[in-house]
Amino acid sequence: MTPQFPPAADLYRVLPELIWCGFGLLLMLLQPFTKSRGILAGFAFVGAAAGTAGSYTAYQHTGAGFSELIRSDAFSFFFHLLVGLVAVLVILASDSYLSRERLEAAEFYALILFATAGMGVLASAQELLTAFIGLEMSSISSYILAGYRRDTLKSSESALKYFLLGSFATGFFLYGIALLYGSTGTTVLDAMGDADSNNVLLKLGLALILIGLGFKVAIAPFQIWTPDVYEGAPTPVTALFSAGPKAAAFALLLRIFATVPAATQYWFWAFWILAVVTMFAGNLGALVQTNVKRLLAYSSIAHAGYILVAFAAVSGMAASDAPAGAVPAYAAVLFYLLSYALVKVGAFTIVSQLGGKDEKYVTLEDYTGLSQRHPVAAAALSLFLLSLLGLPVTAGFFGKFYIFKAAINSHLIWLAVLMALNSVIGAYYYLKVIVAMYMRESAEDSAATAPIAFPATVSVVLAVCALGTVYFGLLPNQALRLLLEKTLIGGLK
Amino acid sequence: MNLSFGPLLLVVVTFFPALGAVALMILRGDDHTYIRRMALFVSAAEFLFSLGLLTPKINIGQPGYALELNVPWITSPPIHFHMGVDGLSVFLVILTTFLTPISVLASWNSVHHRMKEFFVMLLMLEVGVVGVFLSLDLFLFFLFWEVMLIPMAFLIGIWGHERRIYAAVKFVLYTMAGSILMLVGILWLYNRTGSFDLLEIQRALQTGILSPKEEILLFLAFFVAFAIKVPLFPLHTWLPDAHVEAPTAGSVILAGVLLKMGTYGMMRFCLPLFPVASHRAAPYVAAIAVIGIIYGALVALVQPNLKKLVAYSSVSHLGFVVLGIFSFGAIGMQRAIYQMLAHGISTGALFLLVGMLYDRRHTFEIAQYGGLATPMPRLSAFFLFAVLSSLGLPMLNGFIGEYLILLGTYTSHFGPTSGNGWKYAAWAATGVILSACYLLWSYQRVFYGDVTVEKNKTLPDASERERFILATMCAVILWMGIGSAFLTKRTAEATNTIRKQMDRAAWAKDAVPAAGNGVVITSERSSNR
Repeated sequence: MTPQFPPAADLYRVLPELIWCGFGLLLMLLQPFTKSRGILAGFAFVGAAAGTAGSYTAYQHTGAGFSELIRSDAFSFFFHLLVGLVAVLVILASDSYLSRERLEAAEFYALILFATAGMGVLASAQELLTAFIGLEMSSISSYILAGYRRDTLKSSESALKYFLLGSFATGFFLYGIALLYGSTGTTVLDAMGDADSNNVLLKLGLALILIGLGFKVAIAPFQIWTPDVYEGAPTPVTALFSAGPKAAAFALLLRIFATVPAATQYWFWAFWILAVVTMFAGNLGALVQTNVKRLLAYSSIAHAGYILVAFAAVSGMAASDAPAGAVPAYAAVLFYLLSYALVKVGAFTIVSQLGGKDEKYVTLEDYTGLSQRHPVAAAALSLFLLSLLGLPVTAGFFGKFYIFKAAINSHLIWLAVLMALNSVIGAYYYLKVIVAMYMRESAEDSAATAPIAFPATVSVVLAVCALGTVYFGLLPNQALRLLLEKTLIGGLK
Repeated sequence: MNLSFGPLLLVVVTFFPALGAVALMILRGDDHTYIRRMALFVSAAEFLFSLGLLTPKINIGQPGYALELNVPWITSPPIHFHMGVDGLSVFLVILTTFLTPISVLASWNSVHHRMKEFFVMLLMLEVGVVGVFLSLDLFLFFLFWEVMLIPMAFLIGIWGHERRIYAAVKFVLYTMAGSILMLVGILWLYNRTGSFDLLEIQRALQTGILSPKEEILLFLAFFVAFAIKVPLFPLHTWLPDAHVEAPTAGSVILAGVLLKMGTYGMMRFCLPLFPVASHRAAPYVAAIAVIGIIYGALVALVQPNLKKLVAYSSVSHLGFVVLGIFSFGAIGMQRAIYQMLAHGISTGALFLLVGMLYDRRHTFEIAQYGGLATPMPRLSAFFLFAVLSSLGLPMLNGFIGEYLILLGTYTSHFGPTSGNGWKYAAWAATGVILSACYLLWSYQRVFYGDVTVEKNKTLPDASERERFILATMCAVILWMGIGSAFLTKRTAEATNTIRKQMDRAAWAKDAVPAAGNGVVITSERSSNR
């Protein structure tokens, strides 16, 4: 049979990725012709938004494409929307940052779009090598983005660290794929369903894949890079890192989980232990931070731990009795990722804006008395922090609530108690920021005294994040019903 | 009032202050006159609304909930916006709505910066507290319980005294540590019963689905959260810090109603849901309560700081309430409710008075005062009145509560051995004596004798506004002391219901086979609705 051009339906299934990559390439071609940041940003925004909208077309063509390499379903639709939304918000928030730091705009936006496309591939990959390609697309773009302020020592350090450790982790991932292929004779996830679960190679391969992805989502003990990379990267990029790649890597983990029964069996204790270690590593690390970016970095480690609690719940449930009981736990993960993405993008956008030229104001000391000068920014940041803390009337509360519920439904009481304990530790450092903003007097030279403007684009990002956080905090019904009915039962087994 | 409007009254009473807070936010920040007036108007109107709960048509004092509102809210998991009011909650709600306008008046001249935010926080706090008392859905209850933390933390942290930030953070962390464990407990209950609704959970639990060990653990998950709030010894250490650092209004609300959320929670949730565990825990809880009574009193005795003294007296007085609740007798529980209200008023009055002294001299040190009766005779008269009510002078509100709690403790027994109640009562009674010591002694040091500090000679006496506040408080103290039947008539059935729920549950668990459960459930339903 002669090689054929793929059928139109297959192209529709990767439409978002096509749009994102296409706009990325166009942006790079556009650069010699225009110096206007506005045009470039607008172009990037349109591209990101169009790709996100395109995911609906992909959703309409549900099914496996490119001979089982990818699968377009409600699950991938959700993650396309999520990473697309993150890209749109980050692009909007970056404009003022780039002009303040006098950085080239075109490549920056192009890289964000490429990274997003990679995450999209990761979310719909049905085959491990395709997933690997997605992972590499998003990772390599991320390495460059982390070092985008190349004149700054910290940014270069961040990029180098991310690159070295990231490549190492990718090696693990690739080796895991090789072992899985060796034991099952296939790299298609669907085909691994009836693999002999006693095979040592299979176990080893799954373990290596877990390590590789664990690095990407910052699970302890593979989390060491996170604070340095988050701190050094340009803040809008940090916003991207904390929301997008994390969601995409968790998406792949979920998909492997739902399709390969052996994974569910072997990973239960791994997830149990990793969840506890990660929560403590993140929260205890965050306690002593004085740099807000690092603090949020540690908090994102802790949150990866909370999500792992849901994973443990899933595997506990799936391994024991009815796999259908695991559905709410899957939904909990997705809801959590959604609420978490909104909050983290919002929080980092504020941090980026308050940072001023050369990211000068990023310590807690700089945030003292912020509520006096910038009441709206302080209120918004407080809202995001309270959501991370998991206080009611925010999306973060329901995220945590559903994970608690999943854990208790799987009878993981001790894990739930440890998570509860961690939430209290977390409360301390989130409160520290709020205390600084509201209860202390502002220092001489700080974000509260420096002239800082909030342009319309940034305000829009903050409004979207804040409204989303409150909306999902009051009425999680709609989102959750969709997640429960469509995404999971339709998309996964 | 139209009865179909009735359930809506619950929503109004809960969320009206939030509306007021929004209205306040619209006002200009430097418009101090209007901000104060608006806050006073909103909180006074809220008080009147809550008095609507006492109208004869609503008929508080019957078995079950006099008003109920049950609307679906979140579909998965099934969470309802379920609120209701009965004899147990109604007076706590009114106490809250009464103390809020008093606090607004008390802050009239003592809050200078960020006044708008101050009153917004005070009103939001009121929303949270009233919501806690009215919620009949565990999820909703938890939500209000948590939401109320933030305004209180801000009140302490922004408008408090020197170590305010430490106190605010400590307050939040202590409370969160307890409440998040309670969340685990709530979810566990949901896992076993498939509901967050208090009434449905009660019905389900009475079929005896919990193993004894499970019940004890669940009891602890709830009890610890409540005990931190009360606060019971040895979980009380946040309280003196929070009280001393909080502004006067914060202290009044904190002592007046926030602490009652703990004892209310015990009566509403711990006892009816986990009767067997409650019975098993009773000797230990009562012992801790007695230790708290004596410990709080002893620490109060040696306090050089007047506000801390009042704070520790709260630890002591709340010990009586817990003792009364865990005596499980009709008298003890009945009077525990009464004592919650009485303590709210008299300790509230004491904090107001201490705050007024602070407004004049900016210190809480007893040594800085002395002989104040000479420059300010009126204030000292009010202070004496509040002190006497707090130490339990007959005719005033402190007496009946403490005396009858002791009586109830004396006649009941803790644990399986009968007739041991007198030991607890005897030790607790020393707390009454000690409270007379520390209160009268501190009163003597502050108000009698010669004026030792020069500055104190010219202190102004109570202003008209202060006299109005204090006279109102004293009137309520006196009214509660002589007219307590008004209260007990309405709270009696609530305690009866709790006692019935406890007995029946124990009975169902021990003796009745599966067939009998149906009877239990139906009869329970009829008594609840």
